[in-house]
Amino acid sequence: MSRILTMARAGREALDWEMERRPEIVCLGEDVFKMGGIFGTMDGFGAKYGPERVISTPISETGFIGMAAGAAMAGMHPVVDLAYIDFIGVCYNVLLNCASKTHYMSGGAVKVPMTLLIGTGGGYNNAAQHSQCLHATVAHIPGVKVVYPSNAYDAKGMLHTALRDDNFVIYLTHKGTAGVGWMGPPIPTTLAEVPEEPYTVPFGRVKVYREGTDVTVTGLGMSVHEALKAAAELEKEGISVEVVDLRSLVPLDREGIMESVAKTGRLVVTDEDYLSYGVSGEVIATVAERDPGVFKKPPVRVTMPDIPIPFSRPLEQAVLPLAGRIADAVRRLMS
Amino acid sequence: MPLTPELRRGFWRTMCLSRAFDDAMIALYWEGKLPIFQFGAGPLPGELHCSNGAEPVGAGVCAALGPEDMITADHRPHHVAVARGVDLDRMAAELLGRRTGLSQGKGGHMHIYDPAVNFASSGIIAEGMAVAAGMALARRLQKRPGIAVAFIGEGAANQGAFHEVCNMVGLWKLPVVVVVQDNEWAVSTGKRESTAVERNSDRASAYAMAGEWVGTNDPDDIFLAAERAVARARAGEGGTILELRTARLAGHFMGDQQAYIPAQMKQVDPLPLYREKLIRDGVLSAEEADAIAAEAKARIARAVEFAKASPWPEPAEAMAHVFAGEPA
Repeated sequence: MSRILTMARAGREALDWEMERRPEIVCLGEDVFKMGGIFGTMDGFGAKYGPERVISTPISETGFIGMAAGAAMAGMHPVVDLAYIDFIGVCYNVLLNCASKTHYMSGGAVKVPMTLLIGTGGGYNNAAQHSQCLHATVAHIPGVKVVYPSNAYDAKGMLHTALRDDNFVIYLTHKGTAGVGWMGPPIPTTLAEVPEEPYTVPFGRVKVYREGTDVTVTGLGMSVHEALKAAAELEKEGISVEVVDLRSLVPLDREGIMESVAKTGRLVVTDEDYLSYGVSGEVIATVAERDPGVFKKPPVRVTMPDIPIPFSRPLEQAVLPLAGRIADAVRRLMS
Repeated sequence: MPLTPELRRGFWRTMCLSRAFDDAMIALYWEGKLPIFQFGAGPLPGELHCSNGAEPVGAGVCAALGPEDMITADHRPHHVAVARGVDLDRMAAELLGRRTGLSQGKGGHMHIYDPAVNFASSGIIAEGMAVAAGMALARRLQKRPGIAVAFIGEGAANQGAFHEVCNMVGLWKLPVVVVVQDNEWAVSTGKRESTAVERNSDRASAYAMAGEWVGTNDPDDIFLAAERAVARARAGEGGTILELRTARLAGHFMGDQQAYIPAQMKQVDPLPLYREKLIRDGVLSAEEADAIAAEAKARIARAVEFAKASPWPEPAEAMAHVFAGEPA
């Protein structure tokens, strides 16, 4: 049986299924016992699994995420809710030097299986400290897997995969895609038929949302859905857009990116993270390193510029990589 | 456990072994680094933070632990590792970056992992606080015995991680012993220049933890205090901040001239003092004490031989072990 679910409910199902069967999985984070995590991934788990396995913590991210790493080293699989990725600043050492490097520095002797759930992104007027994406900042660290589902089917399957992985996995969800009440009605393209049974979606493979022949538009998280909107508009103008969801930054499906761009010859990279030193440059480098000859035109980036994210609605709307900006970039490439 | 002669002879043996390890590493360290000093040169490259002077801490605390207990140490880990029973041959090989090392040459001296004896260390100050608390939490959830001990320095007690974790240890009554090794110096910054309280053990009351302080750098006193802390942890009475006054005789790292240390703050070597004490107490004769020291040196010499004779890792091995579950 399958039903149409939001990403949040789909992810919750995966975690619930794994927790029912695996006592080594415990949840930690601020407010998780009473409130179930930022997207309700642990909704109702406090009552179901009790305070021993659903641990509400003090506001001490260095402390409790570091403890999760220690518990993982001692045989548990902690699932930690960090709410917003803007908060990595207060626990960055654990990500940068501990959870990501212990397996390597121990020559494989010590594993750190833990899953860190983090919300990303803006578009709802929450200003520069609660709207960032920062996925490149975590994907840059060797030794951490970073995945970023953008629809309910992938949300469930990739969380099952994360929970069965022996490594430190950062599982990102753009707030606007999760389908939670406080972000308004769900975006239709985030909803999906989700089987009741458990299943895994492997890391490191792009997902082609819609096939096209003129331009490849890559996205991740929310920008996938903006790209889909743009593609629908452009179809009316006779432009055929292929929308590719990267959905896994580490590992990154470089061949999957190349395959699409080799077919279309034109590339627009969308990214709600900052422009410079990030995923958008990485995607272009991936193609350029393989064969720059596939480009019929120079590639274009549509991203958040290198500025702190502004609060006021017209300011924020102007800088987000929304469908209008993406469509304009595609039109320029086709002109 | 009473302070038996056998236990005290064991402290002496452990302290000699640790000192012999560090002395051997110091000798190796200077090979290839004279007359022009360079961290990266010689058979033992990188930074080297030796434990000379802190041996009583490792010997006394580790004797109070059982095999099921877990340890995190810091950038100065040798005395704790030796006392815990970390494989000496493989530890020496790791310091020399050899394939037979504990981490196959991927860790080096600040990153010593030996899961066989539940030992891990980290080069980041106070990082082991949370890891130790998480290990203790894991054992509680797994309903398995085992407490955790975080060895940190007095400088680390000013890190946010220290305070966040102490709060949770107190809040959840986790079986954690925080061993604050006060060697008076955080690189060149003295404790009085950095710390608002005289004793970090006094900070325990802020976290509903027990606090104990030992000022002698004597393994007998350290053992007895550690045993009390371990007993509280095992009994479910929660954590302890155990501050131990100790010494840092070989500087922050090799090459540290320590010109910043005033003459009146010169530190005392605890080994001759403890040797005299054991002879005075009739636990050992001078000959027996020296025989134990000689045996320790011989054991470390074998570890050094093992390390030197070991192969280097193949360059391609650099790419392995980034992730678990991938072909090495």
